[in-house]
Amino acid sequence: MAETTLTHIGQTEPRPAGWQGIATDWSSDQRAFKNVSWGKAMMWIFLLSDTFIFGCFLLSYMTARMSTRVPWPNPSEVFALHIGGSNVPLILIAIMTFVLISSSGTMAMAVNFGYRRDRRKTAILMLLTALLGATFVGMQAFEWTKLISEGVRPWGNPWGAAQFGSTFFMITGFHGTHVTIGVIFLIIVARKVWRGDYDIGRPGFFTSRKGHYESVEIMGLYWHFVDLVWVFIFAFFYLW
Amino acid sequence: MVDITPADAVPPAEVGEMELYHPHSWWTKYVFSQDAKVIAIQYSATATAIGMVALVLSWLMRLQLGFPGTFDFITPEAYYQFITMHGMIMVIYLLTALFLGGFGNYLIPLMVGARDMVFPYVNMLSYWIYLLAVLVLVSSFFAPGGPTGAGWTLYPPQAIMTGTPGGQDWGIILMLVSLILFIIGFTMGGLNYVVTVLQARTRGMTLMRLPLTVWGIFTATVMALLAFPALFVACVMMLFDRALGTSFFMPAIVEMGEQLQHSGGSPILFQHLFWFFGHPEVYIVALPAFGIVSDLISTHARKNIFGYRMMVWAIVGIGALSFVVWAHHMYVSGMHPYFGFFFATTTLIIAVPTAIKVYNWVLTLWRGDIHLTIPMLFALAFIVTFVNGGLTGLFLGNVVVDVPLSDTMFVVAHFHMVMGVAPILVIFGAIYHWYPKVTGRMLNETLGQFHFWVTFLGAYLIFFPMHYLGLVGLPRRYAELTDMTIMTESAHHLNSFISIMAFMVGFAQIVFLFNLIWSIRHGREAGGNPWRATTLEWQTAETPPTHGNFGKDLPIVYRWAYDYSVPGAKEDFIPQNVPGSFGTSKEPA
Repeated sequence: MAETTLTHIGQTEPRPAGWQGIATDWSSDQRAFKNVSWGKAMMWIFLLSDTFIFGCFLLSYMTARMSTRVPWPNPSEVFALHIGGSNVPLILIAIMTFVLISSSGTMAMAVNFGYRRDRRKTAILMLLTALLGATFVGMQAFEWTKLISEGVRPWGNPWGAAQFGSTFFMITGFHGTHVTIGVIFLIIVARKVWRGDYDIGRPGFFTSRKGHYESVEIMGLYWHFVDLVWVFIFAFFYLW
Repeated sequence: MVDITPADAVPPAEVGEMELYHPHSWWTKYVFSQDAKVIAIQYSATATAIGMVALVLSWLMRLQLGFPGTFDFITPEAYYQFITMHGMIMVIYLLTALFLGGFGNYLIPLMVGARDMVFPYVNMLSYWIYLLAVLVLVSSFFAPGGPTGAGWTLYPPQAIMTGTPGGQDWGIILMLVSLILFIIGFTMGGLNYVVTVLQARTRGMTLMRLPLTVWGIFTATVMALLAFPALFVACVMMLFDRALGTSFFMPAIVEMGEQLQHSGGSPILFQHLFWFFGHPEVYIVALPAFGIVSDLISTHARKNIFGYRMMVWAIVGIGALSFVVWAHHMYVSGMHPYFGFFFATTTLIIAVPTAIKVYNWVLTLWRGDIHLTIPMLFALAFIVTFVNGGLTGLFLGNVVVDVPLSDTMFVVAHFHMVMGVAPILVIFGAIYHWYPKVTGRMLNETLGQFHFWVTFLGAYLIFFPMHYLGLVGLPRRYAELTDMTIMTESAHHLNSFISIMAFMVGFAQIVFLFNLIWSIRHGREAGGNPWRATTLEWQTAETPPTHGNFGKDLPIVYRWAYDYSVPGAKEDFIPQNVPGSFGTSKEPA
């Protein structure tokens, strides 16, 4: 019989590097990803699944756009703002993208201060991230309002293919929902950090489990993902 | 690899992260329970209940097909509704929910040696959202216009048009909402199953020591997490087409002489999205069955599974391949012949890992100490049924053969054999096998024999003649076939025969349900390990296992799951948590 192999979780013994190391981890007991907590593993797998959702949405959009036989509205004109007597193409969306990417920066800083157990700075940075996220959603609402007032509807628009409005509202709406959910959870986690829940190991209201500062990082994973998805939506909708 | 001899493994094999919520009241113990075992039973009971609805619907369909014109209440519209709801319930709300939500929840934590799923609260939510999805689905029976009659594939444009039952009423909306809810609920559970297998195993439990049941359920769950997004997107888009008047899937179209507002959408896009989900779905149902049947065969033949590693890689390979074959459901959609060539090739390649599995099951039986228990009977029945259904799959996977057979009863016979009857036989076998662990009592053997033989032989008498009906050209999804020239008198007799068999098989399931309930109180006491099996769920201190599964200390695993009849060992099985070396195990090094 083969010798039983038992390894410790979170072991500190040196492990082989590269592919050898991956093979060793996967053929060991207890955990395939050493030093990765359950919560973090779960978030990564959820994000993989969510990637497929956004992937299907974007592929459907591309199919619709490539196969349409009527002209597709010109994004440079449709998404332009009339400022100071001239049309500035993509100005709003540039600001929105800047805001969202900045929020990823503040999120990363929050994670850093979280691991330093700096409650105040972590909470403030998370709230700042939430604020930037809410600003993004607000500007998206403004953009929707502008397009709707110009006659864009899910079932049609004045400039060409009806699928322009359908895909635009559906995909940016689905992304905006993700941002909104992110903002809500940022506020919840920020409150827990502020109150010191993660220092005293206070059990969660619903789950009755103790929280950890790692929640800030897991929250960050989600936030960066939403940010990354936006880059793709931005490229495919506004630059194509 | 760091080798630590068992002597060093003194600290209890407890994972620091696991804090269980211990229930304080009846409600949190039995209703809003966070215990994966209770959730498993809730999932199974709900799936069985909705499955009974689907069984009754199949009876109604057989009434119409076997005795056309006799039953006035089965209008063509009603017939389409029966077909649609039967298919959707069976594939999604019964099979997927029972294998992953039911068996997955019960067996994964026990078999990998965990106290519970990693996030019990999310796991509980998963069940309640699933229940909500089922209730929404059932509510469509009482909605104005009744449930949708679009066929389980819900192909647009007909799914949301006037002629289709529920197309312009509530039916299709409730169906789409129910599917979206199901996917959300499933994702919550599925994330739990995957993380539990990857990150919450007990000491000594390597991936290559997992019972094949866990491998099957694990791979199927990963596939479901990647395939359901396509269905989710398709459902959202069709919901918008129907509710908001968008044109994702709706081309310019004339309905009842009127030009509809839609234009420019692609019905084929829906087919691609649907089958990108739909084909992996076949294996989401089949892989847990493959895994469970491997364990049943090994246990009841008292022999190690033949080619364990090959079996694992075959499961993973089938899972991966199933994502690149979806368009073989669309050979008649007018796609480019080169695509047909590509998808026919990938489809036939799947036969290789599948055949490896069948050979290995047979080689496991070879010179084994075969006990013809009820689970074993069902496992053997599965092998032959799966081979039968798989062989007709070779016909349908080839473009030139598929085109004339498309949309005939041959297709109905094929998929009922391969993903209907075969997995359900495994479900029955698995229930007879694990019922003693869940309740502490054995199911009644006599009723079990009756159930097995009627179900097994009856299923063949139902679905074998359908191949013939399909070959003579009988189309599927037709409510009324009497006036067609191909509907000869003999074909009509065959149809009546099939219907009568369907009623008998359905009756046997009622006997089975009676057995399930009766044996809870009156079954023979089972003890902790009635089948003398090696896997961890049979080694629990108490039967049924209590919350937390394994008393004070988690078990430590010293061997693979298949040390049966080890030459030189005293007993003919060595549980996974027994230390020491006995005889010559066949465990791959």
